[in-house]
Amino acid sequence: MNKRRVKEKLAYSFLITMISIIILSIGIMFYFIISRGIRVINWEFLTQMPRKAMTAGGISPAILGTFYLTMGAICFALPLGVSSAIYLNEYAIQNRLIRIIRVSINNLAGVPSVVFGLFGLAIFVKFLNFGVSILSGSLTLGILILPTIIRASEEALSAVPNSFREASLALGATKWQTIQKIVLPNSFSGILTGAILSIGRAAGETAPILFTAVTFYSMRLPKSIFSEVMTLPYHIYALMTEGTNPESQVPIAYGTALVLVLLVLGLNLIAVILRNQFRRSKKW
Amino acid sequence: MVDEILQSKNDLKMQIKNLNFYYGTHQVLKNINLIIKSNAITAIIGPSGCGKTTFIRTLNRMNDIILGTKIEGDILLDNKNIYGDIDVVEIRRKIGMVFQRPNPFPKSIFENIAYGLKINNLTVNKGELKERVEVALRDAALWEEVKDRLNTPALDLSGGQQQRLCIARALAVQPKVILFDEPCSALDPIATSKIEELIQKLKERYTIVIVTHNMQQAARASDYTAFLMLGELIEFDITEKIFTTPTQKITEDYITGRFG
Repeated sequence: MNKRRVKEKLAYSFLITMISIIILSIGIMFYFIISRGIRVINWEFLTQMPRKAMTAGGISPAILGTFYLTMGAICFALPLGVSSAIYLNEYAIQNRLIRIIRVSINNLAGVPSVVFGLFGLAIFVKFLNFGVSILSGSLTLGILILPTIIRASEEALSAVPNSFREASLALGATKWQTIQKIVLPNSFSGILTGAILSIGRAAGETAPILFTAVTFYSMRLPKSIFSEVMTLPYHIYALMTEGTNPESQVPIAYGTALVLVLLVLGLNLIAVILRNQFRRSKKW
Repeated sequence: MVDEILQSKNDLKMQIKNLNFYYGTHQVLKNINLIIKSNAITAIIGPSGCGKTTFIRTLNRMNDIILGTKIEGDILLDNKNIYGDIDVVEIRRKIGMVFQRPNPFPKSIFENIAYGLKINNLTVNKGELKERVEVALRDAALWEEVKDRLNTPALDLSGGQQQRLCIARALAVQPKVILFDEPCSALDPIATSKIEELIQKLKERYTIVIVTHNMQQAARASDYTAFLMLGELIEFDITEKIFTTPTQKITEDYITGRFG
C-alpha cells in the first residue's frame, strides 16, 4: 500500500515538474522578448518608415508587407482549400485514389518551409515571371498553409451530423443545396478557425518568402502586387545579420519580434474565442 | 395473401417487385414483393436486423447515398419506376421521410419548415411562405404550441415536439407518401401517443409506411402489416388478420412475443 502511494507521488511530481518546465520556458521567452522589445515600441515605431539605414525610425512597411502577404495567401488558399475539402468530404468516393490524395495533402504539411520557398522561386518568380513580389510570396505562402486549411475544413465538415444531410436530401434537396444551405453554415466557424490559425502561421514564416517576396530595405511602400515588400520576420533577420550598427539595430529587432508575436498571439486568441463561441452555440 | 389485397387495384400507391438489396456482398433484402395502398397505413414489423430500415429507405432512394450498396428489382410509385429514368430529387420530394431520431436543422422553427419550400421553389412570395409554414405546423398538430416563438431555435423544443416539427417539415413540401422509420423509438409514451394520433389523421391525405418494432403500435395504428425476417417478407396482410389469424407459424411466434 505504501509503495503504491510513493509511486503515485513520484509520478505526480514528475509530471508537475515537466509541465512547469514548459510553462517556465514559455514565460522566460515572453519575458525576454517583452522586456527587450517594449522599450522601442511606441506609436511612431508602428507607423513610421525606417530611417538612417534602419537604425532608427519605425517598421510600418514591414507590418504592411506581412499584412499584404498573409491576406494574399488566405485569399488564394481559402477558396482552394475549402473547395478541396468539400469535394473530399462530400463528393469523393472513398477509394484508393482519394486515399492517396489525402496522404499527399498530409505530406505537403510536412515539407520544410524552405522547400516551398525554392518551389515558389522556380514557379512563380521565374517560370510565371511574377518576379520577387507580393503575388509570388502570397502564392507560395498560400501553398504552405493549404494542407492546414484543407484538414481544418474537412474536420469541420465531417463534424456536421449526417442526420442533417439525410433530412435535407429527404426533402428533395440536391446534394449541392444540402452542402450550401445545411453543411457549410454549420461548419463555417470551424473553417474560419482553421483559416485564422493558418494566417498566424503564414505571418511568422520566413523561408517561403525569402526568395519570393521580400526585400531587405525599401524606401517606399509597395505600389502593386508586383512590388517587393518588407515583412516582420525577415526584418528581424535582416537587422540581426546585416548592417553596421548593432547597438541601435538589436533593440529594433526585439521590438519587431514583439510586434510579430503579439500579432500571431492575437490571431490565435481570436481563433480560440471563435471556437468556444461555436461550441457553446452547438446543441447537437 | 397479397393477391386478395391486390384485387382492388385502384387504390394502389406503390408496388415493390422482386426487390433485392445488398451491402457489398451481403444480401439484406431477399426478393421482396409488396404493395402499398393509398391513404392507408402500412406497418413494417420484424425483429432487429431484419432489414426493416433498409427496406423503408429503398422506398425514397435514401440508400443511394450509402457506398457499396446494390439494388435489384422495381419500386413503382403511381406505376412509375422510381429507380428508372427519373430524377431522384423529385422522388424524394414526393416520398417524404421522418427518421428514427428527431433531426431538426439547427435553425429556427420557421426556417425548418420553410427550408423544403425554398429549395423546391414551391412558394412565390413571403406571404405564401408564411401561410404554408402555418398550414404544415397545424397539420402536424404543433401550431398552437409554437405559434408565438417561430423564430426560436428548433433544437430548444422537446423531443416529441421536435419529431412533430420533422413531420411538419415533411408535410410542407406536399409529398404523396410519408415514410416513418421508427418515429417514436426515441420518445416517451405521451409523445408517442401524440405522434400516433397524428399519423392516424394524416392517412386521410397521405399514404403512410411506418417501420416499428413495437407490436402494439403496429396492431393499433396500421391498416396493413408486413412481417419481415432476415431480409425476407414472411407475411403481408390486413393488420387485423396478421394479429388474429396469421398463416405462418413464425409470424404467430413473433407477434405473441415468443421471440423478438
